[in-house]
Amino acid sequence: MDPFDLVGAEPGPARTVLFDGRPVPALPGQTLAAALWADGVLAWRTTRGGGRPRGAFCGIGQCFDCLATVNGRPNQRLCLLPAEHGDTVTTQEGHGHADLEV
Amino acid sequence: MPTSKSEPTGPAGGRAGPCYDLAVIGAGPAGLAAADTAARFGLRVALVDAGSRLGGQYYRHPAPELGAARPGRLHHGWAVFTRLRARLAASPLVDHLAGHHVWAAEAGGPGDGGRPWRLHATHGPGAADRTTVRARAVLLATGAHERHLPFPGWTLPGVVSAGGAQAVLKSSLVLPGRRIVVAGSGPLLLAVASSLVSAGAEVPAVVEAASYLGYARGLPVLAGNPAKLAEGAAHGAGLLRRGVRLRRGSAVVEAHGTDRVTAVTVARLDSRWRPVPGSGRRIACDALAIGHGLVPQIELAVELGAGTVTGPDGAVALEVDAEQRTSVPGLWAAGETCGVGGADLALAEGVLAAHAVAGRPAPAREAATRRRRRAFAALMAAAHAPGPDWTGWVTDDTEVCRCEEVPAREVRAAVEELGAGDARTVKLLTRAGMGWCQGRMCGPAVARLSGGGAGRPDSRPLSCPVPLAQLAEPRPD
Repeated sequence: MDPFDLVGAEPGPARTVLFDGRPVPALPGQTLAAALWADGVLAWRTTRGGGRPRGAFCGIGQCFDCLATVNGRPNQRLCLLPAEHGDTVTTQEGHGHADLEV
Repeated sequence: MPTSKSEPTGPAGGRAGPCYDLAVIGAGPAGLAAADTAARFGLRVALVDAGSRLGGQYYRHPAPELGAARPGRLHHGWAVFTRLRARLAASPLVDHLAGHHVWAAEAGGPGDGGRPWRLHATHGPGAADRTTVRARAVLLATGAHERHLPFPGWTLPGVVSAGGAQAVLKSSLVLPGRRIVVAGSGPLLLAVASSLVSAGAEVPAVVEAASYLGYARGLPVLAGNPAKLAEGAAHGAGLLRRGVRLRRGSAVVEAHGTDRVTAVTVARLDSRWRPVPGSGRRIACDALAIGHGLVPQIELAVELGAGTVTGPDGAVALEVDAEQRTSVPGLWAAGETCGVGGADLALAEGVLAAHAVAGRPAPAREAATRRRRRAFAALMAAAHAPGPDWTGWVTDDTEVCRCEEVPAREVRAAVEELGAGDARTVKLLTRAGMGWCQGRMCGPAVARLSGGGAGRPDSRPLSCPVPLAQLAEPRPD
């Protein structure tokens, strides 16, 4: 049994998103966080202070732990974003604005 | 029911559109029932919701593109939802404003001729757009969020909230791991464990901190709520059949791993939730789903000065009368915002609130459901109230505030060395609770570690992140 058997799901063809340059399949209607979980990826950010890995925690957009850089924009909540074909997700280091540092 | 994601009430960012008779914030059980009932009385209703689909967290379900033939398999009471959804879809009087995050509510003036209420919301990709919804009355049906108590290792990837694990399963049909320990306190744990197991996960243990003896004190209340007992028994029996062990009076006191969780230590607790030394036992897992009950999400009403009550578990809820009126004229509340009590109660209170807004007498059936279920909710809150000594498993290195990475050591130093006596002072000294989530994850824990209880509701003038450009915009009218 898996979740798809349980609810009798027949999803459309998977799309592909890029995680740190590696192709990851995502089914239509899944969030980016879910697509990464399905691929065994649990972390896509390192913290600003300790540089420790983080991923999704609350799953509903409230904890902001699942931030990552999506299509060049840092600090996006992956648990809220539907996966679109060709999305590029990059592990976010710290606040994600290293380009602004002087 | 017209559903709009982009331009519901007029030109984007410009003048507001129609003035509704009722704006319902939140499209979970309470909000759906209220919108449906109000529309049947002829009221024009805006159903404003942050989600992309109706249902809230409770009736969260897969996106249509996932082609789920039997979404109800992950739900209790799914038929109630599909009936409400169908009636709302057929109603010309209800506008569903999907993907709208209300960040502030401005109270209206008294009487029919007074100034209408204004709800300010962001929507669209990147929250780039702004809408102001105008209405004669507002119903707050914003539900609840989980309470979390920190423990060593709880920030490791693979440690997820119990509700979050269930949410991702319900909406995206994905599990966080294959062998998932479910732990914390409250009836949600059994529901989550049931969902995970039926979706193919192995659940080596459900770890519940409460002893469940608290329920024994409320036998008359239990006898009056046979459906709740049957629901609990069904979850329990289903889990037993699949070999899932329920460990009562125990807690996960540490999650192990370096870059992801690989095991947890479960220890027995005494009646005050202090871990019993030497009782720790390691359980291998690749995910941990954790949650310590739910707390009402009421910041919009708190900012308006609405009266609150503190429940037996220390959670702050809105104070309402028998017809769901808050202390703010024109503002109603229903469901978990009035104290966490489950979907049946929320449905009944949504119906009651809509009757009151429409000036109709309260229906007897819903009023009776409300009385019974409120009594059950109080019993449940008392039975699962965090024991005072749970801080015994919080080592000095344990991160308390996930956003700002504040360890317990700093919180304790603020209290013991700098004299902080409440969560607010601790926040100013340590930044605990000052991050992205605005204390939603660490608030109850910081309050306890600061020596104070919960008691006062958190003040959040903006209830969700808002682009600065929208705050700088002139008022639309």
